[in-house]
Amino acid sequence: MLDKVAEQVKPFDPVIVGFTCNWCSYRAADSAGMARIKYAPNVRLIRLMCSGRWDPQFVLKAFAEGADGVLISGCHPGDCHYLEQNYKTIRRYELLKQTLASLGIEDGRVKLVWASAAEGAILAEEIDHMVAEVRALGPLNWGGNHGA
Amino acid sequence: MIPANSDDVRIGVYVCQCGSNIGSVVDCEGVAAWAGENLPHVAVARENKFMCSSLGQEMIEKDIRELGLNRVVVAACSPHLHEATFRGACQRAGLNPFLFDMVSIREQVSWVNTDKGIATEKAKALISGGVRRVAHNEPLDPITVKIDPNVLVVGGGIAGIQAALEIADAGYHVYLVEREPSLGGHMAQFDKTFPTLDCSACILTPKMFTAGNHKNITLLTYSEVEKVDGYIGNFTVRIRQKARKLNTATCTGCGLCEEKCPKKVIDDVFEAGLGYRKAIYRPFPQAVPKYPVIDTENCTYFQRGTCKVCQKFCPTGAIDFGQEDEVLTVNVGNIILATGFDLFDCRRIPQYGYGRLANVFTSLEFERLSNAAGPTGGKVVLRDGVSVPQTVCIVHCAGSRDRNYNKYCSAICCMQSLKFAHLVKERTGARVYNCYIDIRTPAKAYDEFYQHIIEEGIIFVRGKVAEVTDAVRLAGEEGKLIVQVEDTLVGKQRRIPVDMVILSAGLEPRYDAKEVGKLFGISCSMDGWFIERHPKLDPVATMTDGIFIAGSCQGPKDIPAAVAQGAAAAARVQGLISRREITLEPVRAQVDEAKCSGCRICNTMCPFNAISFRADPTRPGGGVTEINPALCQGCGTCVAACPAGAIRGTHFTDEQIMAQIEGVLLRNPAREHAVEKEAVYA
Repeated sequence: MLDKVAEQVKPFDPVIVGFTCNWCSYRAADSAGMARIKYAPNVRLIRLMCSGRWDPQFVLKAFAEGADGVLISGCHPGDCHYLEQNYKTIRRYELLKQTLASLGIEDGRVKLVWASAAEGAILAEEIDHMVAEVRALGPLNWGGNHGA
Repeated sequence: MIPANSDDVRIGVYVCQCGSNIGSVVDCEGVAAWAGENLPHVAVARENKFMCSSLGQEMIEKDIRELGLNRVVVAACSPHLHEATFRGACQRAGLNPFLFDMVSIREQVSWVNTDKGIATEKAKALISGGVRRVAHNEPLDPITVKIDPNVLVVGGGIAGIQAALEIADAGYHVYLVEREPSLGGHMAQFDKTFPTLDCSACILTPKMFTAGNHKNITLLTYSEVEKVDGYIGNFTVRIRQKARKLNTATCTGCGLCEEKCPKKVIDDVFEAGLGYRKAIYRPFPQAVPKYPVIDTENCTYFQRGTCKVCQKFCPTGAIDFGQEDEVLTVNVGNIILATGFDLFDCRRIPQYGYGRLANVFTSLEFERLSNAAGPTGGKVVLRDGVSVPQTVCIVHCAGSRDRNYNKYCSAICCMQSLKFAHLVKERTGARVYNCYIDIRTPAKAYDEFYQHIIEEGIIFVRGKVAEVTDAVRLAGEEGKLIVQVEDTLVGKQRRIPVDMVILSAGLEPRYDAKEVGKLFGISCSMDGWFIERHPKLDPVATMTDGIFIAGSCQGPKDIPAAVAQGAAAAARVQGLISRREITLEPVRAQVDEAKCSGCRICNTMCPFNAISFRADPTRPGGGVTEINPALCQGCGTCVAACPAGAIRGTHFTDEQIMAQIEGVLLRNPAREHAVEKEAVYA
């Protein structure tokens, strides 16, 4: 009984997988590092060449593997290294959000953030923000309703 | 190739301490030991003080040879810093460099965390991701492309001229494109240059002339780049050469047409609105090329259908009213952008009164006023064209270092203001005030110039000007402009009555810098300047291979800095040309024709036109999609779009990314180990 109480009191530390574009947001993470900006350690970044390579099934995979949230980040609209691929990211993101909503996954667990190579501070801030949001949501309880 | 899950996969993991950069926050020894015990296929895991040192690299090479490693993971700084270094180490030991993965535990872990325990856990998760991924990596061969030795330089200001001359002198061909009718850029408008006070035209004109007559330079003035296709070594560029409405083959540049043209137009560009030009004009007498252009929006013939005076007087019959724009396509291997800056529009600071109070001038207007070839023949006079000012105030930082406009320092305004102070004093003997926030004179011979100006008796008031007004409050202010400023050294508000105010306007990115950046596939900073590849170590390259930047399009800079960048960009380009070919990352999309259903969903995904559809009636979908590897840039958008999973993105395959996701989420490896074991027993 006491163990259970202790478990409830222990703050929940979410794990978030982040997909970044090689040209903007991964470099934003580099510049956040260079500027020694401290931000929440909960995000684990995976480098893609472009946010256009980001495939919605990566999100499902991450959730299935135990992630509590997924961050997708790329160049600002209009600034894509590959001209216009991040517009496709926006469309896929919107579509995915609808799918996730129908699966009962809360809105705040997936987030699309634009960060140019110069915007380490913005990326760090967005990460902090998202971690707080997902922390408030609690652990992803996918399939919990079915007693799995 | 060894399958990813085979027992034959042997991974070496190397954790770098980066001196104390990583080692003071991450328990590198513990992480290495943990990786060796817990991560699949790890044959050896070590840590080292500096993996990038020759000792660190030799350690990897030795392990590949002696332990038979066939995959390598280095956890250190960002791959953007040392990926190439470690790929080289792998290659030297006979391992394909793409069987390597780099994990950033400095930029993403030790530099952004203070808690040792938390940082160490995050480092473990990221390394786990790298190890899982690298098991799926495949050996790849870099793509080799030839470098077209021709070069495009965009922008004919001093930076672009310098770049073009350097390359042309080295024996390579340059297309030099300039939007205006003449080369010269802003420098052609200046009178004197700081700190030497030599005449701008005297040092610029010879360079313009050489560029205009160089056998290796194709000069395309009055032209704009419309479209850029391709990649480093192989760009195809479409350039629109606007119709000058005269035949340059027969025009001698005698200037008679200009003299006879009855239509006067205010010259907003070269004379900064202070002077007139004709409807057929050259921006300035030393223009290169020497041919005029007809400004059709102001030409009486084009507007009303009659006049043709220029045609009547032209001794060689060069005027051609029916001339059309010409569109040329050129092939180049490298591109240098030197598109310059726009001057801050001082109307945006209403309290300084520019545009409302006649005798408030901008710095560019003053350049034209003081220029011997300018509208007043170099006489410093008020807007009425005759009165000589008795007192002049120069306002520094107009539009710069101001969070309402631009936060950055425009770098040239201090020196420009000091130069103005000297010129006003020299030409008029007026009492000159400089209102400044800080004086910044860091370059060679700049501070000496400042000291010299102080000795000339110029008055310096340390304070940002609050307002310039003609509202009289005190005696002696009648008919004057009053500069309201807090003298922060004295701690008092001052009202300085003057005859003339010069606003030392800051520099801004070109109004169309964003669009130009997009055209060439490079990006702009938050302020709108083109972003260099590295702020310190790679100042003229961009993130896009084959596109270089020089001069003020990269950020505010003075003439010496712009010239240095022009030459630097040229040197980079020449280096590439002399290599003849370069290797590109073999990150490309490939179609598995057997899986392709011919749905064509991917066909609209590629902005580089690398995807095409080959009709084939024998196939169920009526055809199959093909990807041209020479055009593919490797973004992977089509890979993610394919509903059949028929497109593979090399070096970023689904298997590699999925494995990395599994890896980074390995929160409790012991538990996962147990799960794996359970699965085996089940």
